[in-house]
Amino acid sequence: MNLAPTCPSGTPAHGESVNRLGLWVFLATEVLFFGGLFLAYAVYRAAHAAAFSAASARLDFPIGTVNTGVLLTSSLAVALADLAARGRRVRSARAWLVVAGLLGAVFLTLKGFEYHAKFAEHLVPGPGFAFAGPPPAELFFSLYFAMTGLHAVHLLAGLGALAWLWVRLGRHPTGDHTGAVELTGLYWHFVDCVWVFLYPLLYLIPPAP
Amino acid sequence: MSVDPPPASPPPDYLAAGVTVRSWLLTHDHKRVALLYLFTITAFFAIAAVAAALMRWELLTPDADLVTPDIYNRLFTLHGVLMVWFFLIPSIPNVLGNFLLPLMLGAPDVAFPRLNLASWYIFLAGGLLVLQAILTGGVDTGWTFYTPYSSTYANGQVMLMAAGVFVAGFSSIATGLNFIVTIHKFRAPGLTWFRLPLFVWSLYATSLILVLATPVLAITLLLIVLERGFGIGIFDPRLGGDPLLFQHLFWFYSHPAVYIMILPGMGVVSETIACFARKRIFGYRVVACSSLAIAVLGFLVWGHHMFVSSQSVYAGLVFSLLSFLVSVPSAVKVFNWTATFHRASIRFDTPLLYALGFMALFTIGGLTGLFLATLAVDVHVHDTYFVIAHFHYIMVGGMVMAYLGGIHYWWPKISGRLYPEGLARVSALVIFLGFNLTFFPQFVLGYLGMPRRYHIYPPEFQVLNVLSTAGASLLGLGYLLPLVYLTWSFFRGPPAGANPWRATGLEWTTASPPPERNFAESPVVSGGPYDYPEPARE
Amino acid sequence: MIASPVLLAWATGLESASSISPRVDALFRGLLVAGSGMAALLLVANLTLLIRYRAGSRAQRGPVNLPVNLIEAGWIAATTVVFVAFFAWGASVYLDMERPPAGGVRIEIVARQWMWDVRHANGRRELDTLHVPAGETVRLELSSEDVIHSLFVPAFRVKQDVVPGKVVTTWFEATRPGRYRLYCSQYCGTKHAGMTGEVVVLPPAEYAAWLGRGDASGEIAARGRAALVRNGCTGCHSPGGTVRAPVLEGLHGRRIPLADGSFVLVDTAYLRDSILEPNRQVAAGFDPVMPSFKGIIPEGELLDIIAYLRVANEGTKP
Ligand code: HEA
Ligand code: HEA
Ligand code: HEC
Ligand code: CUA
Ligand SMILES: [Cu+2]
Repeated sequence: MNLAPTCPSGTPAHGESVNRLGLWVFLATEVLFFGGLFLAYAVYRAAHAAAFSAASARLDFPIGTVNTGVLLTSSLAVALADLAARGRRVRSARAWLVVAGLLGAVFLTLKGFEYHAKFAEHLVPGPGFAFAGPPPAELFFSLYFAMTGLHAVHLLAGLGALAWLWVRLGRHPTGDHTGAVELTGLYWHFVDCVWVFLYPLLYLIPPAP
Repeated sequence: MSVDPPPASPPPDYLAAGVTVRSWLLTHDHKRVALLYLFTITAFFAIAAVAAALMRWELLTPDADLVTPDIYNRLFTLHGVLMVWFFLIPSIPNVLGNFLLPLMLGAPDVAFPRLNLASWYIFLAGGLLVLQAILTGGVDTGWTFYTPYSSTYANGQVMLMAAGVFVAGFSSIATGLNFIVTIHKFRAPGLTWFRLPLFVWSLYATSLILVLATPVLAITLLLIVLERGFGIGIFDPRLGGDPLLFQHLFWFYSHPAVYIMILPGMGVVSETIACFARKRIFGYRVVACSSLAIAVLGFLVWGHHMFVSSQSVYAGLVFSLLSFLVSVPSAVKVFNWTATFHRASIRFDTPLLYALGFMALFTIGGLTGLFLATLAVDVHVHDTYFVIAHFHYIMVGGMVMAYLGGIHYWWPKISGRLYPEGLARVSALVIFLGFNLTFFPQFVLGYLGMPRRYHIYPPEFQVLNVLSTAGASLLGLGYLLPLVYLTWSFFRGPPAGANPWRATGLEWTTASPPPERNFAESPVVSGGPYDYPEPARE
Repeated sequence: MIASPVLLAWATGLESASSISPRVDALFRGLLVAGSGMAALLLVANLTLLIRYRAGSRAQRGPVNLPVNLIEAGWIAATTVVFVAFFAWGASVYLDMERPPAGGVRIEIVARQWMWDVRHANGRRELDTLHVPAGETVRLELSSEDVIHSLFVPAFRVKQDVVPGKVVTTWFEATRPGRYRLYCSQYCGTKHAGMTGEVVVLPPAEYAAWLGRGDASGEIAARGRAALVRNGCTGCHSPGGTVRAPVLEGLHGRRIPLADGSFVLVDTAYLRDSILEPNRQVAAGFDPVMPSFKGIIPEGELLDIIAYLRVANEGTKP
């Protein structure tokens, strides 16, 4: 939604600083939101190290790695959109937004393939779960789906925000959009950052000695 | 709703600014949003109070003669869930906080008015989910949702209930975010941090907790829903999961949340004491900072709910010590309030009576909190009525008292009218007496070993339970009185004038009720809060 | 406050029947005295000030120069000291509660919705009643088959949550023969309030007699033996088994070699681990093919099997 602030002094600079603070506070809540899951992960990985490494070996390492690259690149695109918006180059800003959005979509598509494979291999927790190995592996997959699923939902929201921004820039090509682009970008980088933690924690567990 | 037009001064007050339902449901005015919250949480309180009445009635005798065990278990769950998340957490912040924060800051509204309205809708949605859960079978897990009972064994609408609380959590987050940004960015010129009223300080500390703790509750409830609904078992001991992890996550939210349920009350008490003692609060800076200290330390003591859960002995030691330390700032507040009365000029109007009630009952509740924080004692009284008495003393004796006191104190500002002072004092007294009769016997019951969440109990506990039930009837009566006379006052009470208490604070410099944008012109602040004139010697 | 004499009376109103309970009571009374003393002080201070400085009174007003910072620092320091003192007192009693003395009687209790299933060392079993000897350390090994329960004996000031998935121990020493109430104090579902029982404390000689009267090891051994067959253990763990697996009878109390070259003493914990997580420690000379029985074998049967393996020796016919 559009968080139009009321603004006693009425200056746009004040309005922007209000929105920026609002977004940072929001990101703080997000950190704690994911924090709960990271805590669960840490506890269980410490308790069931071997099971976690056995289960992690079943993740699709190539897809995870490619996806990491894809997301990082999309962050670059968003940063370039921000730069363009600051320079009032609305056309190029919109173009970079499209690039970022497409990369986001690629990420989700690859993730979709990965999920599908897990379904096919009976690695989705629940009654159908079948994994030849220690039972706590199911915990790993539970965490895997909870963490990446939640991340995907956030990415989806980010795609929505990019689309909204793209439309907004198209409607008012002469307006000042620095604030909106900057804040959307911040959110996008945050989601990206979460993945930067998820990737090593989930995909890069060394095999048990 | 019909409201008399305000005295000829333009612009119209916020109540008169539009009388259609639409003008209320689509309002961006923080004062109207506050009233929307007021009605909603009063309704939720009524439902939860009826549940309490039924529970007390059942506990009149040692046997199960009023309700079945299943119904009883559903009653205390809905009582706890509604009281905590749908009444007490939003009570002072969302009603009084929403109404007063911009007024106290000299701002026309909160930072994000639309988000503010949205938060009410989110809250309502969460509340409706919970009501649906109650109507379609109820939930019998207790408000704590411990796994694996909640995730695997409970029957009933656990997922719906958890979803309701989950959704309502976002309204808490939205409110906290809004308040933080408003306090940082919308202070009137000259209103520096140490010129802020203590109520604003307490709201700031509360908002920090709302924003940082609520997401952890959200993720925890989400994990329960995933485990129960989709077999994604994070806490399942059969997979090597740890039910204690759930408790850690739950209390990591819920202990800070108990400070969400007391800090705003402390803020209200500071305001009322200053006004009716006609003095600056003693040690203003210390009181202000103690709110922050409570908020921060409050994040480090959650494990005191788990002393007998089989967590490690060392964890128990650390959590116990920290629980004592987090109590120091609370003690400091009580001492400072007391010291404020020194050389004051005290008038015993209803709001002050409530504030004094708060001080007494919060002190008892807090001191018994120290009993619970004492490891060896908690082993004995954990999960007994001692705990029930402890938290009702703080939450009902403390926070609800402060809430009612605040409602009375700012009623002239909210409604533009006066309430009947004599009747109000009598009700405050009835509530105080009824409260103590209800909950004091429960301390004794607890030490004697009556476990909580029991609908039947050994006969030797009956006398104390009868006392408690009698007290609850008196308390219920006490709560009905303000409901009646405040409603009357809203429509028929005599006009109050801008500042009937002759109080300081920006909220009293504008009309009662305030105009839509609060101030005819933006105020400029040049002095500290509570600059009361020297009390005249008579 | 006014109520504090009532409080003191009540603190002594509950039977005190274990070695630890007088210490808990002393602590509680200490807190009561300090707490109600403090509350009384605040009450008196507030009443005095409220009356003296009521509006319109003749009392002296106007500013005084109080050393505010000093006062604040003073009461912050004083409360901190008092608080830390009580923490330390509570912690010292708690540490003794958590450290069971050596030796004593060992009793296993399985909690399930909604009963306490008690198994004595010699195999005697009882439901919702717990017989214990007076004057001896009684060590309880608690486990749960379903949700979290909590064993609570007010007269002993003992409480311990019973968490599924692990064995939790607690202990007490009952000092006075008699009958005491036992509750489940952790909410565990519909009949949580009905999950109550009784602790019967007998003089040691009577306890021994009581124990002897019961069906002794014969019964539990038979049950454990039956559970072994029912869960398919004997499919491997018997001479004619499909897989080569170690003989279980007589294992208990021996030091055996593991596949990684180390040795381990076979005790209750090792037996439990081997059944629930067999691949953690693999016996030397065998393939790690035993499946995990975690979540498959009910806690009660697991205890029966372990109890059987503790008494069975190689002579016991498979
Ligand atoms: C608003 C809510 C609120 C507040 C503010 C508090 C405040 C405190 N609580 Fe409470 N508590 C609850 C709500 C609250 N609690 C609830 C709901 C539960 C049960 C949850 C459940 O299981 O369902 C609970 C349970 C609970 C437990 C777990 C009990 C158990 O389950 O076994 C413990 C244990 O340490 C505890 C401790 C404390 C402490 C030390 C404080 C401190 O912050 C108190 C500080 C205040 C003071 C200390 C008083 C003022 C001090 C003086 C006047 C000083 C003078 C005194 C001396 C010098 C001696 N609380
Ligand atoms: C947060 C705020 C809050 C508030 C305001 C209250 C208010 C009250 N509570 Fe509540 N309570 C909790 C929070 C709160 N409670 C929580 C969190 C639990 C734990 C739940 C759990 O274990 O999961 C709990 C548990 C709890 C129990 C323990 C149940 C058990 O463990 O078995 C009891 C028992 O007496 C109780 C009583 C009361 C009473 C008498 C009131 C009174 O203040 C209410 C006053 C109102 C009335 C008495 C009724 C008003 C009158 C009418 C509406 C008219 C109709 C009247 C009739 C039909 C008779 N509460
Ligand atoms: C598929 C065959 C199989 C089944 C069924 C089986 N086991 Fe085993 N078990 C083994 C093998 C092989 C070993 C040795 C390797 C190891 O330690 O894991 C073993 C080891 C053990 C050990 C440890 C012994 C030692 O010397 O370290 C115990 C105790 C045990 N099993 C108990 C049981 C119980 C109780 C059951 C039934 C509930 C059971 N087993 C079912 C194959 C089996
Ligand atoms: Cu078992 Cu409560
Ligand atoms: Cu707490």
